[in-house]
Amino acid sequence: MSDYILEIKNLTKDFPGVRALDNVSLKVKRGEIHSICGENGAGKSTLMSVISGVYPKGSYEGKVFFKGTETHYHSVKDSERDGLAIIHQELALSPYLSIYENIFLGHMKTRFGIINWNKYIKESRHYLEQVGLHENPATIVSKMGVGKQQLVEIARALSKKVELLILDEPTSSLNDEESEKLLQLIRQLKAQGITCIMISHKLNEVLEIADTVTVLRDGKSISTYDVKQDQLTESRLIRDMVGRDLTTRFPEREHKVGEVVMEVKNWSVYHPDYHSIKVVDSASFYVRKGEIVAFCGPMGAGRTELMMSLYGQSYGSRSEGELYLFGKKVELRSPREAIQAGLGYVSEDRKNLGLILIQDVKSNISISSLPKLSRLGVVNTHEEISAAERYKEELRIKTPSIMQLTRNLSGGNQQKVALSKCLLADPEIFIVDEPTRGIDVGAKSEIYHILTDIVQKGKSIILVTSELPEAIGLADRIYVMNEGCIKGMLTREEATQEKIMHIALLN
Amino acid sequence: MAQGTVRSMNLRSMIKQNIRNYSMVMMLAVIMIAFAFLTDGVNLNSRNFTNIIIQNSYILLLAVGMILVIIVGNIDLSVGSVVAFIGAISAMLYNSGIGLFWTVVLSILVGLIIGVFQGVWIAYAKIPAFIVTLAGMMLFRGLTYIITNVSPIAIKDDEFKQLASGMVNIDALTVNNVYYTAIIVGAAVYLLYVLSEIIGRRSKIKYGFEVPPIGVFLFKIIIIGLLIMGLSQRFSTYRGIPTVVLVLGVTILFFSFITNNTVIGRYIYAVGGNARSAKLSGINSELVVFVVHVIMGGICGLAAVIFTGYMNSALPQAGVNFELDAISACFIGGASTSGGIGTVIGAIVGGLVMAAINNGMSLMNIQAPWQYVVKALVLLLAVYYDIYTRRKTGLG
Repeated sequence: MSDYILEIKNLTKDFPGVRALDNVSLKVKRGEIHSICGENGAGKSTLMSVISGVYPKGSYEGKVFFKGTETHYHSVKDSERDGLAIIHQELALSPYLSIYENIFLGHMKTRFGIINWNKYIKESRHYLEQVGLHENPATIVSKMGVGKQQLVEIARALSKKVELLILDEPTSSLNDEESEKLLQLIRQLKAQGITCIMISHKLNEVLEIADTVTVLRDGKSISTYDVKQDQLTESRLIRDMVGRDLTTRFPEREHKVGEVVMEVKNWSVYHPDYHSIKVVDSASFYVRKGEIVAFCGPMGAGRTELMMSLYGQSYGSRSEGELYLFGKKVELRSPREAIQAGLGYVSEDRKNLGLILIQDVKSNISISSLPKLSRLGVVNTHEEISAAERYKEELRIKTPSIMQLTRNLSGGNQQKVALSKCLLADPEIFIVDEPTRGIDVGAKSEIYHILTDIVQKGKSIILVTSELPEAIGLADRIYVMNEGCIKGMLTREEATQEKIMHIALLN
Repeated sequence: MAQGTVRSMNLRSMIKQNIRNYSMVMMLAVIMIAFAFLTDGVNLNSRNFTNIIIQNSYILLLAVGMILVIIVGNIDLSVGSVVAFIGAISAMLYNSGIGLFWTVVLSILVGLIIGVFQGVWIAYAKIPAFIVTLAGMMLFRGLTYIITNVSPIAIKDDEFKQLASGMVNIDALTVNNVYYTAIIVGAAVYLLYVLSEIIGRRSKIKYGFEVPPIGVFLFKIIIIGLLIMGLSQRFSTYRGIPTVVLVLGVTILFFSFITNNTVIGRYIYAVGGNARSAKLSGINSELVVFVVHVIMGGICGLAAVIFTGYMNSALPQAGVNFELDAISACFIGGASTSGGIGTVIGAIVGGLVMAAINNGMSLMNIQAPWQYVVKALVLLLAVYYDIYTRRKTGLG
């Protein structure tokens, strides 16, 4: 079979300050299962968005051929008409509509604007049969589990006469049994002549199901393997995924580690909506004074959820477990109590959780520390401005004035404002969640220096990061998480990118 | 930078930053001047001036409370009914002979309790303020009808009335029907204002902060001086300073101070600006929302006694549409519908814009239906202008 259904030639896609895809080429044979692997941020999702027309023609360089002709998609609708469907990690169903309504939503035919639902209900049974979902088509989708919702998504794709189906991490939120069923379904689709592109972090699944594997790394296509011919192994894949030079320099520091300041025992966190699902399962770890402890793992491993839950129950419906700070058992019921107990949290979601974008730099920096900057409830504006000016200088926040609204700052500078807020509140233990996500190399290195300075002063940092070099370059110890569990721990001396990936993906 | 050197702000960027504040005041000035032409200056005469303020005092008071609610990201639809309810209670209290002072205190207390009731539902039971206060709107209207038997309660004597239409004057200072108390109070207020501005500027220079150029500074002081002295001159040539002006003035100053200078004020803006971020920053956002609704309740109590005094009786139909007037005042005054943005002064200016239009059109013998039409258009255009300038200056 040498007939290619999808061909990508020299694709480059830039975002402000970041090159997400760099001269990527990819060929997908008709009727195969083609898996795409790569670390977080390697460019997988961007690539899929280009293919499916989320990023319209003209916003990228290079060529995409689908079924032999070059594509000119302006939106997802165009690619769907061509028989290309994408199923995102975050399911895109309308939660309060029924199965059959979801299947035909957006592409039903009407007579004088009137829908013949009975016809569609009947048709939907056929597609549900095909994906092996035995449910009443009238069932409201939000009442079903994620696994079944995924099947509805696939049924929806089938109803659109799909020829190329793209699945973005389809099994990431499924249990083993559901995953197995889904993989089985993908094989069936293949037998029916539908080509699949599957993005996955689970390498064992990839090797089990894929005919061809392409590895992306830092926006480049690194290698393509024929699974059977090349006798592909997981180790080989991991090496390709992480095998890059450490391009960023990390500041040198003395590793002076003191006593344990924070200890977490058997911490479990329950999903905010589905109260019986554990997002984090009995996590135990400790942090010592003057230490940077990194938490690594793929997206959805439960790292942010764990940290937010520890930070005054900011995530989840409830939690179980014990938290000790400075030797004393504590129960923190709100971020306010967490701050008073000596914790600080810098969110990964700067825009929604970290900052108040419609307020100026000064107000954002001072907001956690106003009681300290005030007397009898009246804010001492001068002290407030001095503090903001001090951090503007120290952290080199690039802004014309501290009166500038934070929404007008670049990502890196926004991050520095968020860090300043935390620094001013002066916690003993900083929880820093993805501090360098989406910011340019220069600002990254500045952030690393700021973090290093913090621990040099005898404070401790929990660093949640998806970038392995960052964890290895900065941390004293690295905890590896996946699927809500802490899978293992590595010290600075023994940590390598391969080892981290092995722990996360293989155990 | 060395201490003592004056860092002047760029005039252009200053105007750009404050364009919305300036444009609201400009709009008010234009409206006043336009009606001055249309009514041969009747709208600016002493008597009319005094009347505008008295007739709108309770709306302006409510706007002060409402702006806090809007900044925190909520809305309060119940204020009209609450004003009617507390108005009826205040009339009953007063008629029972406990005296004016206790009537006012207890009315405000009832308002605070109503605020606590609604605040609990909104802040802790997490029911949207729109729903809670919609329920409150019906609830307190119903309770008003129940306690008044749907008939007005007359006030037994004329003392209560003084609260709304009374004047504060020292008799010895009244010469030839000119009430110099007003001039003296005006001058005193102005002096305090100038002093606080100078002290503020000095300390800013001392700390090395940017200050407006000295010319702009003087210009501002002179304009404010003309306004304050003009206003007190108007009062002095009619009947002196109305009591409500003092009540209103104190309320505005107090809540301006709260919003600008206190921790709770900052928290209100923070919660309205981004509730989740504020919470993660360690703010007890439920408490902040709760407090704001309690304050709104207290202000309703104050507005209720003034309105009852103004009508000299408690009417079961009192306060209808007050909430809409107060909300319009806030939005004309530059508040954001999504919370986090707005000022007390802005709400007052917005309320005065509505008041000036009402009054001017009444003087021109244009009837209420057309006043509604014009006010509606002003609201639409003001908010459109606001959104337009915000987009242009990159603020939203």
